[in-house]
Amino acid sequence: MAVLPILTYPDATLKQVSHEVEQIDDTVLSFITELEETMRNGPGGVGIAAPQVGHFERIVIVDVSSKPKIEQHGRLVLINPEISRWDGMKVGREGCMSVPDFTGNVIRAERIALSYLDEQGESQELEASGYEARAIQHELDHLDGLLFLDRLVSRRNDLFKRKTYK
Amino acid sequence: MSVWYMLTIVGRDQPGIVADISNGLFSAGCQLGETSMMRLGGNFTMMLMVNCDKTEIEIEQQLQSSLTEHKLRLHIDPIEAYLHEHIIPNMRVSVYGADRPGIVARVTKILQQQEFNILDLESDVAGSDDKPIYVMHIEGHSSTSVEDIERALLNEAQSEIDIKVFPIDTLVG
Repeated sequence: MAVLPILTYPDATLKQVSHEVEQIDDTVLSFITELEETMRNGPGGVGIAAPQVGHFERIVIVDVSSKPKIEQHGRLVLINPEISRWDGMKVGREGCMSVPDFTGNVIRAERIALSYLDEQGESQELEASGYEARAIQHELDHLDGLLFLDRLVSRRNDLFKRKTYK
Repeated sequence: MSVWYMLTIVGRDQPGIVADISNGLFSAGCQLGETSMMRLGGNFTMMLMVNCDKTEIEIEQQLQSSLTEHKLRLHIDPIEAYLHEHIIPNMRVSVYGADRPGIVARVTKILQQQEFNILDLESDVAGSDDKPIYVMHIEGHSSTSVEDIERALLNEAQSEIDIKVFPIDTLVG
C-alpha cells in the first residue's frame, strides 16, 4: 500500500469528469485502501476524491470524525454517489489538497440526501448535514471536474449565520 | 537580480487606474505578487507586491505617464517577502454600531491582549452624515478560544456596539 501523489491545479486533468465504477472488484478495493491512506496522510484532510490522485472513477472517501461535536457518520466510502436532495444554504471556508495555500468562501447546501454503493456493492442512502454535508459536496464536485475555485464567493461582505455555543 | 518591492499608490478614483498601472509594470518586466486594491472614501488605493530587477527610480519612471495622467501618488519600499506562506485564519470578529471614536482602538487592543494575530481587517462607515454606523470585519488567528475572546470583547463593549466572534473552520478536501 502506498500514499499516492496528489494532483494539484493547474493540472488540467482535475477538470475531467470521472466515469462510474462498473464493478467493485479487488482492484477497486485495493485502490480505495490507497486512496484512504493518501487522505489520512494529508494535513487535516477530511475527504478525498479519486480524481485528485489521477484515477477517474466516481469514488470518494469522507471522514469528518476528527471534528468534535458535529453530526457525522464516521468513515464513508461513497461509490457512484448521487445527491438526491438539497436543503438550505450556508457559506463556509474551504481549502483543498489540490489547491495548496489558498482558502475561500463557498456556498453549499446545509443538508443533503444521497444514494451510493458501499464497498460491498450494496445500495445505500444517507442524510448528511453541516460540515459533513459540505465535505461530501466538495468531494463530489471533484467527480464532475469542479474545484472549490469554481464556486468561490467574495470574502468581503459575506454573511455568516450566528453559531450558538453550548 | 529580481527583488520584491511594496508599491503604494493613491489618488482620486477614476476608471483605468488598475489597467494602466498593471500594464506599465508588466511592460517593465515586473511581476505582481499578492495585492490589495480598493476604493476608500473616493480615493483608489493600491498596495502591490512587485517583483522585478529594476531599481525604485526605474519603476517610477516606467509608471510616470500613468501617475501623471491619473494624478496618483506612488511610494516604493524594498521588502523582504515570500509567497505561499498564508496563515489560515481560525476566527472572524464582526463589529458594528453607531460610529464614534475609538472602536477600532478598543477592539484591537483587546484582541492583542488575547494574542489574536490580525490577518485581514476591513472597516467601513455606512449610514448617513447624521447617523453614521461603523462596520468592521476582522479575520485572524488565535489559540485563545472563540468563547474567551468574545467574552473579553463583550465585557469591554458599550451597549450600542454589536460584537460577535465566529470560528472559521476551514474544510480541506
